[in-house]
Amino acid sequence: MIFLQLFWVYFKIGIFGFGGGYAMLSLIQHEVVEKHQWISDAQFTDIVAVSQMTPGPIGINSATYIGYTASGSVWGSVIATFSVCLPSFILMLFVSRIILKFKDNLWVDTIFSGLRPAIVGLVASAGLMLMNSQNFQDWKSFLIFGVVFIAVKFIKLHPILMIVISGAFGYFFCYPS
Amino acid sequence: MKGLKVLWDLFSVFFKIGAFTFGGGWAMISIIEKEVVEKKSWLGKEEFIDALAVSQSLPGIMAVNISIFTGNKQAGFKGALAATLGTVLPSFVMILAIALFFTRIYNEPYMIAIFNGIRPAVVALIVIPVFTTAKSSKITWRNCWIPIVGALLIWLVGVSPVYIILGAAALAVFRMLLKRRG
Repeated sequence: MIFLQLFWVYFKIGIFGFGGGYAMLSLIQHEVVEKHQWISDAQFTDIVAVSQMTPGPIGINSATYIGYTASGSVWGSVIATFSVCLPSFILMLFVSRIILKFKDNLWVDTIFSGLRPAIVGLVASAGLMLMNSQNFQDWKSFLIFGVVFIAVKFIKLHPILMIVISGAFGYFFCYPS
Repeated sequence: MKGLKVLWDLFSVFFKIGAFTFGGGWAMISIIEKEVVEKKSWLGKEEFIDALAVSQSLPGIMAVNISIFTGNKQAGFKGALAATLGTVLPSFVMILAIALFFTRIYNEPYMIAIFNGIRPAVVALIVIPVFTTAKSSKITWRNCWIPIVGALLIWLVGVSPVYIILGAAALAVFRMLLKRRG
């Protein structure tokens, strides 16, 4: 029964979760904390903290964590993670096949060339929203930002390498005061 | 055998992307661009922006959506499955381990220190694609107001990105119809 509920709730989150991770959070909170009470408010905050500290999409992280906590079994994690991806799978396969097929169609071409400049704005807004005091605590944060920017954009070093180096720098120099 | 090689490639590249993406979908873009566009040439530069547009417009997890788009283009349904599995598996394993064993590891001071280092790096990795996507989407003085207004509406007014995408698409269609008539 709990497995069916997990499937249904995460399938819904997969369908109505527009606009990426953090936009999904309020939906997840509503379903999982308020409606089904699988976890408490404090546990939910914990999951957000854990998600920020572990790699991967926050939607997947919460599905895996809540699936386990709600059912007490690894299968709960598997089912919740599977069902949050299922709507994407159906929709994306359908839409990307249409796009690949009608790539040279005037309408599809017009819409996509119109969309491209807007996507630049979307990426910019994601960056602007993260320019906050939580991410930039002192001059060391600005130093890391500058070094990573130059290393990846101009010296063409691999982004993953720079994440590892920044984490190591933090381990030695960025303890909370 | 060649088919299996492609699937393994898709799985391992997206596994790498999934394992090193902190801070959600947008933070992945730098890594995806490096691996999928520059190294593997699975998507062209414009195609990459189109993939971003579709992944952001449809519901669901953006990283999963991009995996499906890329995997499907490379090897159909199986490719989409391999790429998605790669993206999901690192988080799945790590979160499960945390749920099972160390619930409170993220309160350790050294973990906080490591992430004080990683977070500004992630912001830099999100800012860089602004320049690369601006170049490949041919931003000029005439159309640079579109990304600027879009970014400000999302950042300051809190408009959902979905509406910015719908608005830009509607504007493009409207312009085409005007051109046709005139």
